[in-house]
Amino acid sequence: MISFSQVCKRYPNGFDALKNISFTLEAGEMALITGHSGAGKSTLLRLIAAIERPTSGSIIVNGQNVSALKSGAIPFLRRNLGLVFQDQKILFDRTVFDNVLLPLQISGFNSRGATGRVRAALDKVGLLDKERVRPITLSGGEQQRLCIARAIVNRPSVLIADEPTSNLDADYARDIMGMFKSFHQVGVTVLIATHDVELLGNIPLRIFALNHGELAA
Amino acid sequence: MSVWLAHHWHAFVLALKRLAGAPVGNLLSITVIGIAFSLPAGIYMLLGNLQAFSGQVSGVPQLSLFLEEDANTGEVEQIESRLKHHPQVASFEFISRDSALEQFKRGSGLADVIDSLDQNPLPDAFLMNARNLSPGALEELRMELQGWPKVEHVQLDSAWANRLDALLRLGRLAVLMLAALLGFALVAVTFNTIRLQILTKRDEIEVSKLIGATNGFIRRPFLYFGAMQGLAGGVAAWLIISLGIHLMDDELRDLMQLYEMNFRLYHLPIEESLGLLLFSACLGWTGAWLSVANHLWQVEPR
Repeated sequence: MISFSQVCKRYPNGFDALKNISFTLEAGEMALITGHSGAGKSTLLRLIAAIERPTSGSIIVNGQNVSALKSGAIPFLRRNLGLVFQDQKILFDRTVFDNVLLPLQISGFNSRGATGRVRAALDKVGLLDKERVRPITLSGGEQQRLCIARAIVNRPSVLIADEPTSNLDADYARDIMGMFKSFHQVGVTVLIATHDVELLGNIPLRIFALNHGELAA
Repeated sequence: MSVWLAHHWHAFVLALKRLAGAPVGNLLSITVIGIAFSLPAGIYMLLGNLQAFSGQVSGVPQLSLFLEEDANTGEVEQIESRLKHHPQVASFEFISRDSALEQFKRGSGLADVIDSLDQNPLPDAFLMNARNLSPGALEELRMELQGWPKVEHVQLDSAWANRLDALLRLGRLAVLMLAALLGFALVAVTFNTIRLQILTKRDEIEVSKLIGATNGFIRRPFLYFGAMQGLAGGVAAWLIISLGIHLMDDELRDLMQLYEMNFRLYHLPIEESLGLLLFSACLGWTGAWLSVANHLWQVEPR
């Protein structure tokens, strides 16, 4: 569950990225955040993962008040979130397998259990045959799928993706969105910032439209 | 517990890989640390040897009492009985001028020269051990004996050993200061090595933090690396000292044999060797910790 109440974010230069945002996303729900670039979509997602702190208001994620979280507790919040970053943040100095392994190393999995989980995650995104490959040789769509595999390998209850289809052509983008739909169908809470609303087809889902940092009704 | 072990094992292996991953650069850093450390540790080793040597030579401090040349047998006996009843004198030995000359002839190899003398230049002497060996008490006894009639001179054999001890104390202080300075240099070397490493691992650190790594998780491999590098530097210092001893020992033995002394250099004893390694590992760890803390502080979200 993700709940924002009267959240504002003002950057040190005086720019108001988010103004008085309030909404609640129930567990297992899937929602899109849409809006023009610079509307505050990324900022909103970064606040959920405590990558940035709100200027005022409170944010509750999985029952934790993120806005008041001590910095020592933030890593444990993030381990329950699956994050797909806009700039992907793939590590090119290691194989596909090792990229997906990283979250499990961080949470201290033993290597045998971890191998199984990494393979399962790669299988879900269709990259199992590329596990020994360097990410640089993957296509754009495959790189995005690698990011998704890394986000889900910890089996998080919440999946957050920032523009996961921005650099992809329509077929790949539909493919990626289909994956998010399937995670939603197995009960994961999914929140995606995107401008490709039509790619999701006819599933009933909530859409939060941001406009200059304000939530349209 | 198993998670904790897994984390440490992961960090340990990662640090080893990084150490082996850039062998030339790391070997150079380790050599620099080794050289920097071999200086104070080597001087410390020499001081230890000198101290052992001075102990071996002086042993229990003895007093030598030389009589005036014109002292006759009666006066010698009088002094002998006074010494026998003196509460401070534990034991004594009379060395007559004739036996002293005999000893000197044998020991010095100057028999021809001595034979050519027309009279014995040596005085009668008493060699004694005191009961109370504290420097103060010895000095007091010396002053007292000096005041007796027909006593020319009383010499405290340990005086030069005391002077050497004082010098050694000064030397040890100098070593301590040198070690502090070079220890600081080690911390600085490690700080910089780790800083460069962090720069090349920037992306990994950023991603790891974003997906839930604690600061400890990020810090750990660097700490292991710093400690390993420091430890290897300590081992290098130890080896440099060994090499120095090996090179100097034979020459030194030849030199000391000219003075009819049996003197050999010994390496640092095992506890001090381990102390050296532990100290250098700790300093490496400290340098790494400072470096990572500095970086993490810079990337902390505000």
